[in-house]
Amino acid sequence: MTIKKFVVGCFDDEDVLFPAVRKIRKAGYKIQDVYTPFPLHGLDKELGMRDTSLHTVGFIYALTGLTTALGFISWILTMDWVQNYGGKPHFSLAAWIPIMFELTVLFSGVGMTLTFCYLCQLAPFVKKHHFHPGATDDKFVMVIECTSNTNVQEAEAFLAASGAKEVNTQMAETGWWLGRYDMDRKLFETKTDVVTA
Amino acid sequence: MIKQQFEVPGKYKKWTYGLLAVGLVAFLAGIFLLGLSDDSHDKTRFWSGLLLNSLYFLMICNACMFFIAINILGHSSWQTTFRRIPEAISAVVPVFAVISLIVFIAIIFGHHHHIYHWIDKEAVANDKILSWKKGFLNPTFFFVWTVITLGVWILVGRKLRQLSVQTDAGEITGEEARRYIWNNTVWAGIFVVFFALTTGSTIPWLWLMSIDAHWYSTMYSWYTFMSSFVGGLSLIALFVVFLKNQGYLEHTTKEQLHDIGKYIFAFSIFWAYLWFSQFMLIWYANIPEETVYFKPRLQGAYSAIFWINFIINFIAPILILMTRGSKRNYTIVTYMAVVLVFGHWLDFYQMVMPGPMGDHYSLGWFEWGTLALFIGLLMFFTGRALTKANLVPVHHPYFKESLIHHT
Repeated sequence: MTIKKFVVGCFDDEDVLFPAVRKIRKAGYKIQDVYTPFPLHGLDKELGMRDTSLHTVGFIYALTGLTTALGFISWILTMDWVQNYGGKPHFSLAAWIPIMFELTVLFSGVGMTLTFCYLCQLAPFVKKHHFHPGATDDKFVMVIECTSNTNVQEAEAFLAASGAKEVNTQMAETGWWLGRYDMDRKLFETKTDVVTA
Repeated sequence: MIKQQFEVPGKYKKWTYGLLAVGLVAFLAGIFLLGLSDDSHDKTRFWSGLLLNSLYFLMICNACMFFIAINILGHSSWQTTFRRIPEAISAVVPVFAVISLIVFIAIIFGHHHHIYHWIDKEAVANDKILSWKKGFLNPTFFFVWTVITLGVWILVGRKLRQLSVQTDAGEITGEEARRYIWNNTVWAGIFVVFFALTTGSTIPWLWLMSIDAHWYSTMYSWYTFMSSFVGGLSLIALFVVFLKNQGYLEHTTKEQLHDIGKYIFAFSIFWAYLWFSQFMLIWYANIPEETVYFKPRLQGAYSAIFWINFIINFIAPILILMTRGSKRNYTIVTYMAVVLVFGHWLDFYQMVMPGPMGDHYSLGWFEWGTLALFIGLLMFFTGRALTKANLVPVHHPYFKESLIHHT
């Protein structure tokens, strides 16, 4: 568990958000993420995020599924438990293609879901810190990660000047965190300071 | 200022006339050497070659109008910047429709029963299976339904193109735009429903499946339809890239190309799905009446074409067009589009030829020559149709949405 300090700004208009993201990145602040209630086209580019590798992983899972199915069926039907199905050859690829297809889809589907959960650090009983509940409703929540060099007051003022309607500083655990944040007081020992612009 | 007026470039003209000249020479030589020959095999080669090309090009051009119609029905906006290209390609439908009709008339009234076995009355009377199919497979029904089909394709297609050109008149208000979209939706709905009744079901049965008159498959129409749809999409991609290279279509970007690439990729896979579904059930059941279709194709003289067809229409697109980068790359999309237009022509080839030609098929000067002739016709009439309307429908209600399209 590494608890970090974040400066959080809430925007209520995407037309304000986009220039703000540009300005804040230009000023040298490290934006940890922007939480939005719906996908915003082009925000990933604005934040300088690279393309996800999830599809490459999906391709590898798919190939694994395909070879698993082919290997397993061909081993069973040509070596382990040879049977005669309507006089068809023992190695009859055409009949196996639907199963190979299904396993390809199954492996890539389940594998990509689990990989996605791992990348987002999601699992049963894992709690995630919410920087602002409005991010699930109508607010765009920008989170700036503070380093040892960051002047918090300056960052807050900069966010407010960029158009954030509500600015505060939070200590938060953003990684894997088993527990209940309504019970676990330790995380909230540092008070949250609210500055209204 | 957007370049609205397309001028056919000199190089394009040169290629068009070159292909037309080569094609005409091959066609005229074909008439004298094959069409008027005493050998029935040569005659069959002549007519089945023409049948193959006229049907293939008719169906891929009509698939472009289908593309426009489904995009209207889906209220999709991304294709608005380049929608004049599929419209221009579909403007060639009347030309190929007339050619196809002439070929049908020649085949049926010329009694070329090597191609359509069911026009031989004597054979039908002595054939249990064919006499069961008599209500459907007979010249009267064939012609009536073919003429209706071609007529509706031409008329509704023209109506949809006219609706599209209407927006060039000038700015329209929100109320007018709503009525305009509704008009489009109604006509596109009529087109799509009729398309389902024709290309989606009856037309491939009549035009192509009846070549193997005893055999039938319920997958066949969808399979043919997918083949022509991928061919049509590839044509759209080719023309879009060509016009971009010439400096037109400033607002069609990689985002649009990416989506065309997705269409080609997805429907290539769907084509393979239908290809395989049709094959596997027949292979599994192994009933002689059904396997008769695959015997020459899979194990006989056509097996090379059969497998090349599968490789270039499925393996190639799925591997090459899978990544995001390749769908956004003009060179790769162009290359794949050329391969697929040819690949689906080859697919049609192996649908048409085994019936009439038997094991002694030829893929020689006449087949390549008529292919060149039809490509020349397609290029000539599409180029002409492109010059007749503005290239970019700037007053279309969805135009702005198309500009900011982002995948």
